[in-house]
Amino acid sequence: MNLLDKFTPLQQARDQLKALGADPFNVVVEKILSPTEAIVNGHRVILAGTNNYLGLTFHPECIEAAVRAIREEGCGTTGSRMANGNYADHQALERDFADFYGKPYSVVFSAGYLANLALLSTLPGADDVILIDADCHASIYDGCKMSAAEVIRFRHNDVADLDKRLRRLKDRARRTLVVVEGIYSMFGDPAPLREIVEVKDEHGAYLMVDEAHSLGVLGDLGRGLAEAEGVDDRVDFIVGTFSKSLGAIGGYCVSPHQALDTLRYAARPYIFTASSSPAQIASTRVALRLLREGRDLRQRLWANAERFYRGLEALGCTLGPQLSPVVPVILGESREASLAVWKELLERGVYVNLVMPPATPDHRCLLRCSMSAAHTPQQIDTLLDVFAQVFAAHGLT
Amino acid sequence: MKTYQQVLEELLQTIRPLVPQTMAIDEDTELVGSLGLDSMKVMNLLQEVEDHFDVSIPLNVLPDVRTVGDLARKIHEQLQAS
Repeated sequence: MNLLDKFTPLQQARDQLKALGADPFNVVVEKILSPTEAIVNGHRVILAGTNNYLGLTFHPECIEAAVRAIREEGCGTTGSRMANGNYADHQALERDFADFYGKPYSVVFSAGYLANLALLSTLPGADDVILIDADCHASIYDGCKMSAAEVIRFRHNDVADLDKRLRRLKDRARRTLVVVEGIYSMFGDPAPLREIVEVKDEHGAYLMVDEAHSLGVLGDLGRGLAEAEGVDDRVDFIVGTFSKSLGAIGGYCVSPHQALDTLRYAARPYIFTASSSPAQIASTRVALRLLREGRDLRQRLWANAERFYRGLEALGCTLGPQLSPVVPVILGESREASLAVWKELLERGVYVNLVMPPATPDHRCLLRCSMSAAHTPQQIDTLLDVFAQVFAAHGLT
Repeated sequence: MKTYQQVLEELLQTIRPLVPQTMAIDEDTELVGSLGLDSMKVMNLLQEVEDHFDVSIPLNVLPDVRTVGDLARKIHEQLQAS
């Protein structure tokens, strides 16, 4: 067996997809038209699988700020935050996040993925423990792999299982970082955060919440699940991304602990990568302001989510556990049948994400749909019409 | 305190219902190679085993777990440490 043989099964799986006439993991957006429309395979599609929750990617103020930053500061920084890449605007955005969350410490990273790698690879050390929800995102698992700490999983959203595992750790519970998400990316369900906070406090553990899918979506001010559940001041580290509600690329963490600021000098995913480009930082600063002022955006997002979710429910689709802007339509175990449904939706002008095991929480494939504040009611009705036709044609309703 | 042999016997009893009845399993049976368990089934099995023995098996040790015996040894180590 040589170096490259291990890729043979993966290449075969890819060839099988090609033979079926579609590759859902290599869709080319030939032209992006708006937050909710694009040209794919030569025809116009409604985008319902983008994480563009507030629809800010084409906001004129964000675009204007990015253009101005490129003209004044250039296309890239060509260096790490630790060297020449620490611009005044990076620090200004960190102050914006600190102010938004009411926390003294804030760090901006070049991607949400890197924020999780930085925190998890650096905060918990060799004698510490990371206790993660089993359904956590790959970036959290990858951060754990980079850490010298012991890594333990608890059952998804199962507070009794978390409590049991903290109890087993005895004194080491005080050296444990519990990691959960605000909204889980596949099923769109939130963590039972109030109960989790109670349990981690009882055992003296620390808590990190990844608000990637809940920033701008939950809470009156849009800060996420910790705000919505009234436990902001009992979470030790809040992590998030610019790449969903803020419509750019980047990551952040806020905390009441000074250790977060010190982490800049130790976290390799912060040190050994170039800092975010001036355009990304500039558009994110504007998007964060729009998010803070955006109660109307959140209302529209939730109204759209409800319209879509209830419509699919009426069609008899098997959906995720609760109403959320992330709407999973659960299919069967057959990859071929699921691919055929996804392909026909796309051909009829609907783009959603096809997710297959092991990326799904169980053995079933699912269509991961996500709503945006930018969807119009007419677009949602069109989506529902197409779902009705395709699901009927495939015997799914 | 349970001995390694006791842990192994209880582990075999936990695994047997999860695999076809005709399949013989012992200490040297490979969880993935012989039993054909995919990564998701292995994780589900681990949760059942953790409940049964009241231990948490760290993900870090899984690369060293290939056979039923390897898993029994890791459980035994966790029981001794607790």
